[in-house]
Amino acid sequence: MDLSTLTIKEARRALDVKEYSALDLTNAYLDAIAGKDKEIHAYLEVWADSAREEAKAADAVIAKGGSQPLTGIPLAIKDNMLIEGRRVSSGSKILENYVASYDATVIRKLKEQNVVFLGRTNMDEFALGSSTENSAYGPTKNPHDTSRVPGGTSGGSTAAVAAGMALGALGSDTGGSIRQPSALCGVVGIKPTYGAVSRFGLIAAASSLDQIGSIGKTVADTKVILDSIQGHDANDSTSLPDSFFANKKPVRKVLGVPRAFLGKGMEPDMLAAFENSLTALSQKGYTLVDIELPALDYALAVYYIINPAEVSTNLARLDGIRYGLSVPADTIAEVYSKTRAQGFGTETRRRILTGTFVLSAGYADAYYRKARAVRELIRADFAKAFESVDAIALPVSPIAPWKFGEKADPVAMYAADIFTVPVSLAGVPAISVPGGTVERDGKKLPVGFQLIAPHGGEETLFAIGKDIENSS
Amino acid sequence: MTVDVNALAKLARLEVSAEEAARLEKEIPDILKFVETIQKADVSGVSEVKSLRNVMRADENPIESGTYTEVLLKAAPTREGDRVSVKQVISRKK
Repeated sequence: MDLSTLTIKEARRALDVKEYSALDLTNAYLDAIAGKDKEIHAYLEVWADSAREEAKAADAVIAKGGSQPLTGIPLAIKDNMLIEGRRVSSGSKILENYVASYDATVIRKLKEQNVVFLGRTNMDEFALGSSTENSAYGPTKNPHDTSRVPGGTSGGSTAAVAAGMALGALGSDTGGSIRQPSALCGVVGIKPTYGAVSRFGLIAAASSLDQIGSIGKTVADTKVILDSIQGHDANDSTSLPDSFFANKKPVRKVLGVPRAFLGKGMEPDMLAAFENSLTALSQKGYTLVDIELPALDYALAVYYIINPAEVSTNLARLDGIRYGLSVPADTIAEVYSKTRAQGFGTETRRRILTGTFVLSAGYADAYYRKARAVRELIRADFAKAFESVDAIALPVSPIAPWKFGEKADPVAMYAADIFTVPVSLAGVPAISVPGGTVERDGKKLPVGFQLIAPHGGEETLFAIGKDIENSS
Repeated sequence: MTVDVNALAKLARLEVSAEEAARLEKEIPDILKFVETIQKADVSGVSEVKSLRNVMRADENPIESGTYTEVLLKAAPTREGDRVSVKQVISRKK
């Protein structure tokens, strides 16, 4: 088997006709990880022994003819999803030795299918960043050029899939954290509708934005993982009822392109790659129409107020008392402030303090409450556009994968999220599909093409995504 | 705009060194400048009732006391019997 091209679909076929066993497949992935991950650093921890045991259990299920879509499929899990009895750190020192006391709902669902869990993947601390450089455990490298970032925050998951070190992976997306690293690593990644997948057992970053999604080499692989993890969950009060997704049929005729929004700081060859994908779709019979989304000009500003506000609130629970790092001190106030100072990294501290500012008395009206109101304008722009188009096309990233350390200025890094944050603010689903390459220093680097659908429009994304896949 | 980083740090229960405070006194205003464009947005037509609201689970069907005591206490940095032990919270004024 060639892991660089193997898909879940092909592995499923081979496992079911016994061309190889789940144990063979798992061992092949563990060998690939042992061979490559020293250089890439996609994994924070590899679970070789338990993965082999899970593979044997999957083989027993397959032998009895009871295989489900993901039985025996080796997957990687982002380091912010809880697996009972395993360490989970959200890329942070403050949770370095934290052991999960229960399974996240997505994990429970994957266990029910006898998935093989290869290990936990690297991420920006608490899902704050766009490059994995904010991980407390060192950055992940882009498999296409190891001097460049893989994107973030799910950069470990996307690098693992891109480098043939996992067949698929789970990631989480707050402002682009699945789509952008999928684009930069040349794999497919979907952020489903807000509420489509339970977040019970996902370590929260910004609760009105966080959503778990899937990463794979192909659109079909991404879909089979998403199908396995989505659905209503009584343990997540924001999870949507299953009826919301019933009878949603894919529509694939009219694509909207917000032309006025495209110029924003895009590298010329990244824009050219986007235009090429549009041309390919138009040749496949799609009608392309220009649309206006004027409120998107405010999206980055709204996002970088709401995100730190929610992050500072969510991370208040990490105080050295109930779990995680605890720095001994003379008073309880010092236990809090010293634990948090030592446990949180630079960007996390910056977000906490920015969030504290925008929520503080005297400023909350001008920042946090104003941002919530402007967020409504962004949602309304999308709703209006979807009255006349089936899906909206946007680039994923305005720029190609950059070199480590190149964006040390926090605001420069934030600006790279321009095309992904509007989707998160509106809560609509979006997929990133590979669409061409650009060249930097003689190396070919992947480009992602983003498709956005109305709430519940995942099937539309998969249908159009397959057309993009087949045209490249 | 100037920002009192030490006051924010106190609110956030976060110790910040003098060196970091000096850096943040430049960085946080830079971030606020980056987001100041929203002040121009006209939200006069936006309803007071937002699409997103807090959703809380009803506080019902409690789990039987003690079911998860041990597993939760195992995660605590310090314990005394079946309690998480912490530094004194309320102290008498000297």
